Amino acid sequence: MENQIALQLLQDLSVPGRRATAFPPEELAEAGTSSQIPDEHRADHTLSLPELSEGDIVRHYVSLSQRNMSVDTHFYPLGSCTMKYNPKRHERWAGMNGFINAHPYAEAGDIQGLLAVLYEMQEMLGEIAGLPSVSLHPAAGAQGEFAAILTASAYFASKGEDRKTVVFPASAHGTNPASAAMAGYKCVQLKPSSTGLVNLDDLKQHLSEEVAVFMITNPNTIGLFEKDIQKISEMLHDVGGLVYIDGANMNAILGKTRPGDFGGDMMHYNVHKTFTGPHGAGGPGSGPIAVRDFLGDYLPGPIVTRETDAHGKTVYKMSKPPKSVGQLRSFIGNIGILLRGYFYIRTLGGVGLREVSEHAVLNANYLLSQLKDVLDVPNGDRCMHEFVASAASLKKKGVTAMDIAKRLLDYGFHAPTVYFPLVIPEAMMMEPTETESKLTLDRFADTIKNILAEDPETLRAAPHTTPVTRPDEVKAAREPVLSYCPCPTPFEVEAPTGVKESVPSYI
Amino acid sequence: MSYLFATPEEQQQMLAAIGVESLDELFEQLPEDVRLNRELDLPPALSEIELDRMLRKISSDFATHGDRVCFQGGGAYDHFIPATVDEICSRGEFYTAYTPYQPEASQGTLQAFFEFQSLITALTGMDVANASLYEGASALAEAIIMAIRSTNRGGRVVISGSVHPEYIETVRTYLMRNNCEIVIADVVDGVTDWQQAGSLINDQTAAVVVQHPNFFGCFEDVKAVVDQAHAAGALAIEVFDPVSLGVVKRPGDYGIDIAVAEGQSLGIPLQFGGPYLGILACREKFVRKMPGRLIGQTVDRDGRRAFVLNFQTREQHIRRDKATSNICTNQGLMALRASVYISQLGPKGFVELGDQCHQKAAALADRLTEAGVGQLAYAQPFFKEFVFQFNRPAAEVIAAAQKAGFNLGPVLNRFEFQNPIPENSLLIAVTEKRTFDEIDRLVAALSR
Repeated sequence: MENQIALQLLQDLSVPGRRATAFPPEELAEAGTSSQIPDEHRADHTLSLPELSEGDIVRHYVSLSQRNMSVDTHFYPLGSCTMKYNPKRHERWAGMNGFINAHPYAEAGDIQGLLAVLYEMQEMLGEIAGLPSVSLHPAAGAQGEFAAILTASAYFASKGEDRKTVVFPASAHGTNPASAAMAGYKCVQLKPSSTGLVNLDDLKQHLSEEVAVFMITNPNTIGLFEKDIQKISEMLHDVGGLVYIDGANMNAILGKTRPGDFGGDMMHYNVHKTFTGPHGAGGPGSGPIAVRDFLGDYLPGPIVTRETDAHGKTVYKMSKPPKSVGQLRSFIGNIGILLRGYFYIRTLGGVGLREVSEHAVLNANYLLSQLKDVLDVPNGDRCMHEFVASAASLKKKGVTAMDIAKRLLDYGFHAPTVYFPLVIPEAMMMEPTETESKLTLDRFADTIKNILAEDPETLRAAPHTTPVTRPDEVKAAREPVLSYCPCPTPFEVEAPTGVKESVPSYI
Repeated sequence: MSYLFATPEEQQQMLAAIGVESLDELFEQLPEDVRLNRELDLPPALSEIELDRMLRKISSDFATHGDRVCFQGGGAYDHFIPATVDEICSRGEFYTAYTPYQPEASQGTLQAFFEFQSLITALTGMDVANASLYEGASALAEAIIMAIRSTNRGGRVVISGSVHPEYIETVRTYLMRNNCEIVIADVVDGVTDWQQAGSLINDQTAAVVVQHPNFFGCFEDVKAVVDQAHAAGALAIEVFDPVSLGVVKRPGDYGIDIAVAEGQSLGIPLQFGGPYLGILACREKFVRKMPGRLIGQTVDRDGRRAFVLNFQTREQHIRRDKATSNICTNQGLMALRASVYISQLGPKGFVELGDQCHQKAAALADRLTEAGVGQLAYAQPFFKEFVFQFNRPAAEVIAAAQKAGFNLGPVLNRFEFQNPIPENSLLIAVTEKRTFDEIDRLVAALSR
């Protein structure tokens, strides 16, 4: 049923002379203007862009959209990504004139309503975190991590300390070490433990006054709450270090406990996950950070402040904290995403947010209860908002986690996150979120059971019903084609030694 | 209000299947003394209609700003957005999907991003573009880190003083704990003094950075930047304006190594500073050092064309602390907006767009000068924005413009520059959206 013509590459659809948007030059001729671009800078090229009619463009992109799975169309239990329903009302509100047409250099006096909303968002995020100083500035979670590590280093520098290392557990997201390394720290990864929790003995081994920050996701990426988190926090504080909470899994604990209450000093939120951004086919996100008051002066900014003027009127301003590490991007932040998060929190309130986490945890535990007899779940039959099953025992049948993931696509379910976290072999990380019905969860569990009973060959050849079958990733890397080329003559790229290019998909 | 599904009966069934009595029992993992034994102290929940009323009120309170005619610039511009951009990008199949980790279920996203990469390489004349970064300033910081890796030099980066001041600050923050020296080249009469700047480039310099047209709107001697950088073994990085590329030479034409840009002009609304779109393109030999996602074309098991995430071994989820960058979530939906926008314009549209912005900006500068309200701060040709030095304080000028229904600014004294800026100066931008009638009304308002 697919429209094969519309699905050709844009460049293949191009016909000289076709066009969609025009800016008629008559207006310029009437005004008698002319170009004053100096010859040395004037274009002497014709852009080799496709020439298309508007109908072609619309049919092309709509046809492309139909080759996607999405939250609006499918159950998407991608662990660690919190693929929950994205309320339509948010899209309407984010498009209101006052929000969408505000220039980033608008005068503060001109946009008090918008600044009041952002100020309230800072306050609400501070309350949910139990960490009162908030910067909305970072563009995404990874930039939030980087911003917080820099904030910590500025704090240590103010005390005359130059600490060298950042420590994290084996189950950490890849962004944690990558952010710490970008901030110039030596990364120390702890050995895994048999319980799936932080290996306290190994942590003890690595703690010293060289350690700046311990980064931890809580609940962790296996879906377990780090029950020793207060002890861990004490251990860090004893050597003068700080505890960073990766907030990717906040959907499990809203209104139940707060990073500030269990010993965290800094954290980031993923507004596109917890507060239903939406995910936008891979962004944009927004990664605000919340920290303890003693770190607030070092936060990146600008941030929004509230004052009372001489007439007793409340006035909102934008400014950088006094010892700010500075900007990490232009302008104040990803306002369009932050607004959607604001709408979400205002819609649910404190009770509603608590219920979000309760139902996210209910759904995950229910799904776990329906699957634990057919799949190994190495870390027990209780979880928080997600759990990690292992397909390792199926290896003897010649079936991998990837095969199950691909076969799920045939049944109209997006796959869970596979091969992450690294500490569990053949990992399948499932996060149903609170916005799925029991019916969907039952169907999903039944489907997994069906798949496990299928002929292994069917699984290895899956998916069978998607627009394409498994792509050749080795060829993609060895003979790279990274932009349109009418007659493929891929350029040569040396493969780095010791790294297998064909990699599984992680979060 | 909530978006939950489970009815009380279903909840009971589910709890029974799990083998617990209550929702609270599910949270037993939480140590007693870390539990929040109260509700979060947040404003009360609001229904859709209540929140709608409240937001309409807030939005209309400051809608006057959005209703005024925009002559503001400085890295974010009020360009026209064709209806197809909003229509296509509001399809849930795109905006409620995530990163295309399962290629068979994400060919729509993957092909759209592959096409984005293709459109950006055609627009810039560069070999390879990635599938997007956050926005312009952090894209520049990533490009500099990429240059440091590619040259194995970490000693120095030379940046023109005419690069956007927020971009320079962003680079400083990114390199805060890196021993790389950031040297700012002097600006004379609105453009970089590349004669003098040559002496700043040494054999430890990883990159030389130019913005063209620069922050003040003026054209830079990009050829001199490339020659000087390459003579010293450094990479030449250009911050470009995508809207200019129908009428101004492309980064690839000048021999630039890494080109970065703010892509907001390509169909993305102003929305107070974000989300925008970071663009990064480079020569093919640097592809392994690139940050961010790259989509590659390949074939599936049946020999059909298929698209996948390529060179993932550069990325944080595989390489962790050895990754080229920590970036994970990028700006997918914004890249899609830019792709639809570029598809709409095509080669002719970009020429018309560039001509409109440039000639209308030149007309406004001429008419302001003729009206005797001040003068161009720099005697330089410019593209779509210019620095105008008024005969009276900039704050008064802005107030007069606002009263007549126009937004102006930024005032240049809000930034710190290495070289002094003429007093009472405003950066003024003109896009294709502005009419000659609006231009004349603005001049009249400022002449009073």
